[in-house]
Amino acid sequence: MPEAAQTPGNGSPPGNGTGPVNGNGQPNGPGLGARRPASLTLVPAAQEKLATKDFKSDQEVRWCPGCGDYAILAAFQAFLPELEVPRENVVVVSGIGCSSRLPYYMDTYGMHSIHGRAPAIATGLASSRPDLSVWVITGDGDALSIGGNHLIHALRRNVNIKILLFNNRIYGLTKGQYSPTSEQGKITKSTPFGSLDNPFNPVSLALGAEATFVARSIDSDRKHLTSVLRAAADHQGAAFIEIYQNCPIFNDDAFAPLKDASSRDDQLIRLQDGEPIRFGAAGQRGLRAARYGGLEAVDVAAVDSESLLVHDAGQDDPSYAFALSRLDTAAAAHTPIGVFRKVERPSYDALMAQQVRETQTKQGAGDLATLLAGGDSWTIR
Amino acid sequence: MTKQVQQLDRVIIRFAGDSGDGMQLTGDRFTQETAVFGNDLSTLPNFPAEIRAPAGTLPGVSSFQVHFADHDILTPGDAPNVLVAMNPAALKANLRDLPRGADLIVNTDEFTKRNLTKVGYEANPLEDGSLSEYNLHAMPITSMTVKALEDFEVTRKDAERAKNMFALGLLSWLYDRPQEGTLTFLRSKFATKPEIMKANIAAFHAGWNFGETTEAFSVKYEIKPATLKAGIYRNITGNTALSYGLIAGAELSGLPLFLGSYPITPASDILHELAKQKRFGVRTFQAEDEIAGVGAALGASFGGALGVTTTSGPGILLKAETIGLGVSLELPLIVCDIQRAGPSTGMPTKTEQGDLLQALFGRNGESPLPVLAPRSPADCFAVAIEATRLAVKYRTPVILLSDGYLANGSEPWLIPDVATLPDLRNEASFASPDDWRDADGTIDFQPFQRDPKTLARPWAIPGTPGLEHRIGGIEKADGTGEISYDPDNHDLMVRLRQAKIDGIAADIPPLQVDDPGDAARVLVLGWGSTYGSIATAVRRVRLAGRPIAQAHLRHLNPFPGNLGDVLRRYEKVLVPEINLGQLALLLRGRYLVDVISYNRVRGLPFGGAELAGVIKDVIDNA
Ligand SMILES: Cc1ncc(C[n+]2csc(CCOP(=O)(O)OP(=O)(O)O)c2C)c(N)n1
Ligand code: SF4
Ligand SMILES: [Mg+2]
Repeated sequence: MPEAAQTPGNGSPPGNGTGPVNGNGQPNGPGLGARRPASLTLVPAAQEKLATKDFKSDQEVRWCPGCGDYAILAAFQAFLPELEVPRENVVVVSGIGCSSRLPYYMDTYGMHSIHGRAPAIATGLASSRPDLSVWVITGDGDALSIGGNHLIHALRRNVNIKILLFNNRIYGLTKGQYSPTSEQGKITKSTPFGSLDNPFNPVSLALGAEATFVARSIDSDRKHLTSVLRAAADHQGAAFIEIYQNCPIFNDDAFAPLKDASSRDDQLIRLQDGEPIRFGAAGQRGLRAARYGGLEAVDVAAVDSESLLVHDAGQDDPSYAFALSRLDTAAAAHTPIGVFRKVERPSYDALMAQQVRETQTKQGAGDLATLLAGGDSWTIR
Repeated sequence: MTKQVQQLDRVIIRFAGDSGDGMQLTGDRFTQETAVFGNDLSTLPNFPAEIRAPAGTLPGVSSFQVHFADHDILTPGDAPNVLVAMNPAALKANLRDLPRGADLIVNTDEFTKRNLTKVGYEANPLEDGSLSEYNLHAMPITSMTVKALEDFEVTRKDAERAKNMFALGLLSWLYDRPQEGTLTFLRSKFATKPEIMKANIAAFHAGWNFGETTEAFSVKYEIKPATLKAGIYRNITGNTALSYGLIAGAELSGLPLFLGSYPITPASDILHELAKQKRFGVRTFQAEDEIAGVGAALGASFGGALGVTTTSGPGILLKAETIGLGVSLELPLIVCDIQRAGPSTGMPTKTEQGDLLQALFGRNGESPLPVLAPRSPADCFAVAIEATRLAVKYRTPVILLSDGYLANGSEPWLIPDVATLPDLRNEASFASPDDWRDADGTIDFQPFQRDPKTLARPWAIPGTPGLEHRIGGIEKADGTGEISYDPDNHDLMVRLRQAKIDGIAADIPPLQVDDPGDAARVLVLGWGSTYGSIATAVRRVRLAGRPIAQAHLRHLNPFPGNLGDVLRRYEKVLVPEINLGQLALLLRGRYLVDVISYNRVRGLPFGGAELAGVIKDVIDNA
């Protein structure tokens, strides 16, 4: 038999020592130093310069005309070359839903799995292959209904996966039932008299689930979306990005107030780390702490400038990020976008690899014959 | 006092007490001494369903049965020859299994009025003559232990707790077991608590010496070592053997082992065992639920690991959709179902063979996959390796059906020479870009182009340049693997997936029939953990001069190619199962053979005598 073989069969990907295998998860990446995004330190660097087209598969894209998914796909494909990782080290895993068709359009490795389970599948992949850049594509129903359990656990474990939640506040693929992010009272096919249940705020949920990176963006703002993707890739561990996505067929204009010139300046709060929080057409509005721990919007001119908040995504205590996420309720009607929270915590896969490595160092590599023999054997002659 | 020594060819002892009395440990130690002595043996622990049921109550009774002999034996035995009852509850719960004339060793200290009432004894059975049919040895085990430990610096409570070692010492004397293993064990177990260690050792010796001096036992017994095949042996439980088989399977195929699992009785010990084996590069992931456990395993398989998930019946149900995805993706995946009594929560600590049809058919659509079942605790090792072989060679999920009886039962295992295990690296090989390069150097990868012999598809793992591809649960076009809703393509793919699994029949050994002299008219056919009971029954029937044929299935899907012929060769086929006839249903449907089912679903293995009776009836009516 093979000796304690820890290398893959004959098809081991060339130039990629971290392989699936290397039971010890020893990094073998090219260690290009600080310039490499933090989540990719164990992923090999691309040998050649890649372009957007390199990430487009030959499959015809089949979303409805005007679907927000197109814009997100385009932004994602255009962004990936920036990471300078080989296509073959990128894996896109999705669940089920319109949004979850995205992997088919990417010329990378991909898995279109089953409803809600992508975070679990990606956890297994990322935990055993630190040399991959793993992206999860999911919808509001996929991630927050059927897959809610996997989402929160992937976040708390801080697995090195990047989760893009396409939130159109509706079930698209099954033709328009309300979802866990639909506003209460929503009239849909399954709720002809209005939905009864209170929705989730995905950002609040992710923060409550101990996520180390939480952000929000919008399908229509390519530049902003790209910046958030970049920040996510630069985060070691789980990154959660809620992307508001328009579904022109079943929930058109769900995010119109954030896009209309007339309303967006007052409603959208663009978070910039280290910058004072300002919004309104002339930046005349700001945020300050309210009495019971929440935040309130104020006219900058009317208050003491010391009390105005400067955004800090690195706050260890998630209360501030949570308070930010709560501005997005019907009453407050302010919607922050950008990175709410980004804190450092060792990722699950790295800890797992480390534990294996340390055990092997301490106990020596396993020997099958010794294992089978055990301690309490006897001989029959 | 000199004692008479009596030779026996086999003995069945059951240690029973409150869950706090340490009966599992006592049984384990006695077993280990017996193994080292060289007897063949088989064990059956019986745990209470509750973790800490109130002390002294019937639900709190825990027992451990060990059967050992001077010849080779196959089951933990039907009825004990000796029952050690540490309290009234243990007596009450186990007495009905005790045949007349059996030895009954009872700890009288616990037979207080209060304890007797707790379990519904109105009078003390030790005094009212109701045990007159047994060979009763009533003795104050607790107080003798406490007395023996007077000079030790241990609390009274710790002294009382050592009573199981007193009992072990007594039984070890009675059956002339070697002491050294137990003494070494106690020294290492209590290495950090020297006083407790000394007390336990003293209690063990006190029990031994009591046997030697008391008049309560006028005979001691001798059971000669069995003549087993030469080699190095160890005692092993099914769950440990299964864990080792998985590690071996991964090593033999050159793949890292990834286990995604969620705790459930009686499967959890596999998770516990594999979690210890990090030195083999094993990664264990305790998931948020069964679905995540199998999902992570499948994700790891996609990445080139040997993905494994372990569970019991309720967990299989939760995993069904993901297993179906594995069937559709055609990726290796090992799913271990340690069956327990169902439906629903059923009886978690009790055994059953109720999941066979679930394993075969418990998914939507036509979703074929190989199903295997080990026949004994030690056989779990070989079957885990076979599961690995089929999973990696055919790129398919495989379900392995063990059960609670195999999981916790143990037997001596002839430790295999690692050099004789199969090399699976070729079966597990990944696709390489070179295999797919045209003359002009371009790569045209077809993720669903099949190996013409095995019908397996290439396993192209992320990180391999040029083989980037997308797969999913949506129907795929033959060859390219692109999404396809074409009616004929779907029909083709359904048939290809089926043909791939059916083809495995040509890659497994034909069913062996044990029919000395080809004299039998009746065949008894079983699968999985009933092997020991059936074979024991078959021996009895043959000893009584009646010919009977026996065969036992390891592969339940696909069946061995010769199964139909075997079935048709006999006038009658008896199929005993610990379910209501699941294999029988398959055999009737597939081979149009009118097999006779024998079914009892009591959460316990069949008794050998019971089955012998059933077999004789069938022969008489043949
Ligand atoms: C187990 C299971 N249940 C239900 C479905 C049906 N289903 C498919 S997608 C979906 C909802 C998708 O909504 P969302 O995640 O918001 O994705 P969208 O289509 O809006 O992008 C449902 C209910 C399924 N495929 N599998
Ligand atoms: S139904 Fe809505 S979400 Fe789905 S593709 Fe059409 S527009 Fe997009
Ligand atoms: Mg949706």
